[in-house]
Amino acid sequence: MHEVTFELNGAPVSLAASPIRRLADVLREDLRLPGTKVGCNAGDCGACTVLLDGEQVCACMVPLGQVAGRRVLTVEGLASHGELNPLQRAFHHHGAAQCGICTPGMLMAATELLRRHPRPTLDQVMDRLGGVLCRCTGYQKIVEAVLSVAHGHELSPAPPAGAAVGARLPKVDGVAKLTGTEIYGADYVPEDSLWLRVVRSPHARARLTIGDLAPLYQRFPGLVRTLAASDIPGSNRFGAYPDVKDQPVLAEREVRYRGEAVLALVGDAQSVYAITDDDIPIEWHVLEPVTGIDAALAASAPAVQTDKPDNILVRGRLRKGDADAAIGATTYVAQGTWQTGFVEHAYIELEAGYARRVGDRLEIGVTTQAPYMNQHETARTLGLEPTQVRIIPTACGGGFGGKLDLSVQPLVGLAAWLLDRPVGAVYTRPESMACTTKRHPARITARAACDAEGCLTAFKFHADFDTGAYASWGPTVTDRVPLHCTGPYFVPHIMATTTAVLTNAPPAGAFRGFGVPQAAIAHEALMDMLAEQLDLDPLEFRLKNAIQRGQTTPSGQALAASVGVRQCLQALRIRWRDWRAAAERSNRSTSTTVRRGVGIGCIWYGCGTTSMPNPSAMAVGIAADGTVTLYSGAVDIGQGANTVLIQICADALGIEAMRMRYVMGDTDRTADAGKTSATRQTFVSGKAAELAGADLRRQILRMTNAAAVARIEIGDGIIHVRDDERDHVIDLTALPELPQGDVLRGVGSFDPPTTGLDQDGQGTPYATYAFGAQIAAVEVDTELGTVKVLRMVAAHDVGKAINPTQVEGQTQGGIAQGLGYALMEDYVPGRTENLHDYLIPTFGDMPEIETLIIEDPEPLGPYGAKGVAEPTLIPTPAAILGAIYHATGVRIHQLPATPDRVRAAILARASLRAASSE
Amino acid sequence: MIDSYLRPAKIDHALAALADRRRVIVAGGTDFYPQRVGKPLTGAVLDITALQELKGICEDRDVYRIGALTTWTDVIHAPLPAWFDGLKLAGREVGGVQVQNAGTVGGNICNASPAADGTPNLLALDAVVELRSARHTRTLPLAEFVTGNRRTNRKPDELVTAILVPKPPDRACSTFLKLGPRKYLVISIVMVAAVLATSDDGSVTHARFAVGACSAVAQRLPALESELLGRQAGPALAALVEARHLSPLSPIDDIRATARYRHDAALILVRRAVGTLSRHA
Ligand SMILES: Cc1cc2nc3c(=O)[nH]c(=O)nc-3n(C[C@H](O)[C@H](O)[C@H](O)COP(=O)(O)OP(=O)(O)OC[C@H]3O[C@@H](n4cnc5c(N)ncnc54)[C@H](O)[C@@H]3O)c2cc1C
Ligand code: FES
Ligand code: FES
Repeated sequence: MHEVTFELNGAPVSLAASPIRRLADVLREDLRLPGTKVGCNAGDCGACTVLLDGEQVCACMVPLGQVAGRRVLTVEGLASHGELNPLQRAFHHHGAAQCGICTPGMLMAATELLRRHPRPTLDQVMDRLGGVLCRCTGYQKIVEAVLSVAHGHELSPAPPAGAAVGARLPKVDGVAKLTGTEIYGADYVPEDSLWLRVVRSPHARARLTIGDLAPLYQRFPGLVRTLAASDIPGSNRFGAYPDVKDQPVLAEREVRYRGEAVLALVGDAQSVYAITDDDIPIEWHVLEPVTGIDAALAASAPAVQTDKPDNILVRGRLRKGDADAAIGATTYVAQGTWQTGFVEHAYIELEAGYARRVGDRLEIGVTTQAPYMNQHETARTLGLEPTQVRIIPTACGGGFGGKLDLSVQPLVGLAAWLLDRPVGAVYTRPESMACTTKRHPARITARAACDAEGCLTAFKFHADFDTGAYASWGPTVTDRVPLHCTGPYFVPHIMATTTAVLTNAPPAGAFRGFGVPQAAIAHEALMDMLAEQLDLDPLEFRLKNAIQRGQTTPSGQALAASVGVRQCLQALRIRWRDWRAAAERSNRSTSTTVRRGVGIGCIWYGCGTTSMPNPSAMAVGIAADGTVTLYSGAVDIGQGANTVLIQICADALGIEAMRMRYVMGDTDRTADAGKTSATRQTFVSGKAAELAGADLRRQILRMTNAAAVARIEIGDGIIHVRDDERDHVIDLTALPELPQGDVLRGVGSFDPPTTGLDQDGQGTPYATYAFGAQIAAVEVDTELGTVKVLRMVAAHDVGKAINPTQVEGQTQGGIAQGLGYALMEDYVPGRTENLHDYLIPTFGDMPEIETLIIEDPEPLGPYGAKGVAEPTLIPTPAAILGAIYHATGVRIHQLPATPDRVRAAILARASLRAASSE
Repeated sequence: MIDSYLRPAKIDHALAALADRRRVIVAGGTDFYPQRVGKPLTGAVLDITALQELKGICEDRDVYRIGALTTWTDVIHAPLPAWFDGLKLAGREVGGVQVQNAGTVGGNICNASPAADGTPNLLALDAVVELRSARHTRTLPLAEFVTGNRRTNRKPDELVTAILVPKPPDRACSTFLKLGPRKYLVISIVMVAAVLATSDDGSVTHARFAVGACSAVAQRLPALESELLGRQAGPALAALVEARHLSPLSPIDDIRATARYRHDAALILVRRAVGTLSRHA
């Protein structure tokens, strides 16, 4: 321990701590300033950026000892007297913070930049912020915000009552994210919490025996308890599906993937981290792992799970018409095989949370996308009733599907339950990457056929998905993909099959798009190939086949409304033609080394869970003092649910959106809104919020006998209801209090009308579909195989943009993930378990993106809205691969299109051409 | 737990501390901390960042002296002759600005990563490493200092105090090309550093090339260097670079690229470097 004195946010501080500790930890733990975030502890993410003597540094790599006598500025030092500073205001106005976990780092890097260059250039912004990663925004709004500071920012006036839907309302949780006061999973643990660390398997497949742990307690007196599978009081198995619970909370006799949880150590933080894996007596009998689809399907393959001897978890199937006959009847057939790898969600926030026992109940604060599922699953594993478990979601620093499954919940829950002490846990970055779910690797073989006029006639599709060691959301992928595999086109004859294959890899689960992004790579390449066979323009070919209102989907569902794919394509047409022509001109006029190309991707996506009920219930209450609260069980994972649900509910109720508070996801205080996935919260929970607002409005009007058009104004303890005739007054203080503390309460619930599917996959799996199309312009260095995406335009049919800023933000962020998927992201267990070997796009990798919002209203949705979150990623890889083809003549069949793969394809094509010209 | 942390302000104290017991040296910490994610911080630490005399770049008669604690930001902003352009370009690509502000040139070569961006540049500048211990001071050509992947010739009681760069011919210029799969925060797939000088009549008088990330230690290309000597600088020069000149390289397949790709890309980048510099010359 040393006494270290320095200046922090303008005031002197002095503390006794080990001088080698990371400044980030000291700020967060000792000085209780959790605004500085830790996403990696390795310099890779920049979330921990602070200013040291005015220069940006990563606080996770600065020893406290080096700070002595110097000045430290953190995000908490930016706003003064609760007033956002101009930079923070610009972020707020531009929607530059989505989940907000990167925001403190972004703000600090930008603060350094603006002090040096008050009017920075675009390149300066990118260079000086380039060390901070963001997984949500695609960076564009951050760049715009920083560039705009020089011009000053007045926040646009808040929309008046009834006008929130469609307005660019800044995020209702924005200020907390911008000032560093938002609480994420790792930002709060109760006083005197114990700490929990999970010991994980270093092997992909092994049998294990845990030896005598008693000596560990002697060596590490701070160790309080260890937990093994035998300590789990309820079911040790969990899983996303009610009937597929196959993943152990703690391994029993065998581990099935590297990173699988084996043992939990509970004690003081120092001790549980001081115990290294080598200290723990585990005897491993290492077995040859089953790696990849082929190995798993080989006749001799060992079974990953004993009750699945063929290593097949589940299959999906869809049949419409007679695809083989239709393919045989035409000469225009395109086909190919495509392969993709594991992709990591790479949210910047690590899994984290705490649990505390309160009598015979358990309270768990955790970063999650699915509080109600967590509640049920945690209760099952602990042998408790669901009502005994209260989940309080913290702010979520990015999810994208990866925080649907359980992480720390059952373990901190069990430890707190047994020890009757609060227990916290935070994953490390390598741990998070090793043990959490991934996007499914796919191998797709597909064929598409059309007639001489270019009308699609048939589609044949098969995809094998590597679903890893446990089911997770694998069945969702095998169900969803056949329904979407043709793309948004009318195809009369279809045969589609999918298989989820078990291997000794991390469980592949939910990730933005549930397998549809993989399928889109295939269907869009096939569209390009058919268009080429017929010498038709790729966009016009798509337009000709784009599904229209009244036509049937692959599952035989006739689309009644909100089918905006044609509008999307039409909106892109002029740019498409101009960009294609410009690229071809440039290729003719300049060197052969650098070539340009433009490609297109076009998609659709069913909003909501496939063929299953997925209801949402919302409530809105008014307290005696006039506080209006939306009780939303829907978790905002950065996509902005808190804001859009308030916009919708406020308009339905007829009050200013800014007046409305919210409670998010707390299972004691909200109703089940379902999980935040499947692009369902705006559509499903949005409708429930609208109905709740309307319900409350109806009650208020009834109480006062006011006309339907009356204006509702809520003041301190009073409601004025004004119509032409009169000013009615409700004295809120005179009303009896309802259970939640409110005096008035409206509720709404909505379950989108869907049906089950028959054995041919026919039925109505979704109540509505989102559509989109994107074009990408790229530049390929043909000697090096490097691809730079120069610009993109995205057109998405969202039904109704409840908040256009957020639609743009989702689009740009989805494109960033799609671009990473296309060009650089490749998760290899054991090799890329950090953010310098697993690469996601940085500032400099993103093109300029133009977003065109198409609104073909969905009658079932709130104010016509459906969804946008997942669809924005899906067309991007296809558009980029199409652009690479246009530039170079090579089709890439394996993602990511890394420089070595692109270069190899270019060389292969050149030698093929040389051979054929001989 | 860390049982000892020292941050002396005087070099003699630092050297005495190293003589006294085995200590891990910490400079900018940008390699130190990432290597310890989720692991306890143990052992004895010597934090050298208070040693003012190890900071900054100064010009002597025949050499430039780069203090071991010179940060990448210092390098980027230092007024230096054109033959340091390559090192500056490398500095701009080491991590993000946060890493450049903290990370040091000394740490970069001591860490001895095959992908260290400083090493090829310093090799192409014929740099010499100055090491001091309580017993002695010695110098060693950089090529002899770095002996393998994360291995150097530094003895446990030695501190790297400076990197000495002899002055090349007056008109020398340099460049650095780094190839990676993304724009910022990227570990090189291949990188090429080059220094070239020409005489008044445009013939090459001095040529140095080094390629990084294509072998355990960055390698000079002596065959190419002698091939270019005496040649006329100009557009034709790049065409002289051939695959055989890359024989010192032994690239491997890894997650970032295949060996074959690395080899081809190195060839392209060396040609491009020659092209760029012969336009300057
Ligand atoms: C996000 C990120 C990105 C990075 N990107 C790059 C990159 O693109 N290119 C690149 O080359 N590097 C990169 N690095 C690595 C690192 O930043 C550089 O190698 C940096 O120059 C190391 O300097 P340092 O002072 O921080 O080293 P430290 O971490 O302090 O030390 C590194 C090693 O050298 C030893 N050491 C340091 N100084 C001395 C000395 N004077 N005498 C004896 N031993 C010493 C230490 O004991 C330690 O083993 C990156 C690092 C991070 C975190
Ligand atoms: S936490 Fe410091 S860079 Fe990621
Ligand atoms: S807003 Fe940047 S990581 Fe979520």
